[in-house]
Amino acid sequence: MRHVSRVYGQGVAEVQALHEVDLDVDAGMMVAVMGPSGSGKSTLLTIAGSLEDPSSGEVRVCGEELTKLPRNAKARLRRRTIGYVFQDFNLLPGLTAAENVALPLELDGVPARKARAAGLAAMEELGLAERASHFPDQLSGGERQRVAIARAVVGDRRLLLADEPSGALDSANGEAVMRLIHAACKRGLAAVVVTHDAQLASWADRVVFLRDGRVTDQTMPAPGPESLLTPGPRQPGPGQ
Amino acid sequence: MSVRHALLALLSEGPKYGLQLREEFEAGTGEVWPLNVGQVYTTLQRLERDGLVESEGDGQDGPQKGFLITPAGLRELTRWLRTPPGLASPPRDELVMKVLVAGRVPGTDVQDVIQVHRRYLVELMQQWTRIKETEAESDLNLALVVDAELFRLDAVVRWLDAADGRIKRAAAGRPAQNTKNSKDTADTADTTAPAGPLPRPRRRTRTGR
Repeated sequence: MRHVSRVYGQGVAEVQALHEVDLDVDAGMMVAVMGPSGSGKSTLLTIAGSLEDPSSGEVRVCGEELTKLPRNAKARLRRRTIGYVFQDFNLLPGLTAAENVALPLELDGVPARKARAAGLAAMEELGLAERASHFPDQLSGGERQRVAIARAVVGDRRLLLADEPSGALDSANGEAVMRLIHAACKRGLAAVVVTHDAQLASWADRVVFLRDGRVTDQTMPAPGPESLLTPGPRQPGPGQ
Repeated sequence: MSVRHALLALLSEGPKYGLQLREEFEAGTGEVWPLNVGQVYTTLQRLERDGLVESEGDGQDGPQKGFLITPAGLRELTRWLRTPPGLASPPRDELVMKVLVAGRVPGTDVQDVIQVHRRYLVELMQQWTRIKETEAESDLNLALVVDAELFRLDAVVRWLDAADGRIKRAAAGRPAQNTKNSKDTADTADTTAPAGPLPRPRRRTRTGR
């Protein structure tokens, strides 16, 4: 994203949801966007996913500039390249877990058998193989979200966008979800996870802080874990 | 908790007497941290020795002696405000003090100070999470320790978020909808939850202590 701004409304009702946001997410990287409610996190995600256009600025996904793409090319990019994970899973209740996962491929014209095979492969990777023929209401919350992640990474996705992906889960399931997303990134995916929760954000390789629609700060690359595991206090603060 | 730096913060507003400093210190910290006069004067003497404050009216000691902050004192104060507290003990109290006094230091953006600490805490949490992801996977005790650290740091980040929201609302002149009953809920999804004004010093009649 380059100089991305988003304004809603006009005149006195004008709200600047995003203001000149710059954000780079490389393949293999997981970036968390943290900020209080109303800071513009969700707007940032919908613009990154081409579900909404910015008022100004440039958004590129895999080299393609979203605002310059025709409608159908944008829709194709959304189907093939971008995966979405939402807080409330958004699985279709009438389809089995495997059918839910295979759906984006089928919508994209992949033959049903091939799509199903790719769906099963994605589910196996997330340890869900034995749940393939279950319907969403037969799954626990944690399992549902893992199915949603399988759906978001199935096929040849390059960018995963997640909005509070473990907001509705307990801490063990929330951790499992973040672990899966981070593992997907290690296999080459780029991910943007929006959250207000520092524990979830801490799974990311980089945490970007959003405030009133602006990126105000970001974490530096962390030193290795050994800095925490050596005996004695680390970085004894000189200001004590 | 650093009385030294809290006194420097109070002096950053202008010259003050020792007794006044004690009263303002107690009031400014919600009277959670009592401070005796002796402690104030000992600290002031050390600050003066270190060149961080100067006294007015040489020679005369006692309550009529005024103190003012030096440029070196201001620099030390700015540095302290942005220095993460040590990790050996829970950093909360020291951090609470920094956020409380930051608002009194002219030219200091409290939210800026809050963000410095928030980022530092999240960076630390990222490191712990890496351990959880790798080494702690096969080591139950290590996993438990890592969880304990993460929950502790998370609590501090949440407090910073809540403080940030409160200060923002107070600055916007939108005091609490429910000041009388501003009990904080555990609503983690909304850091702008129950509104409340900045802690105000309670009035207290002083008996000779």
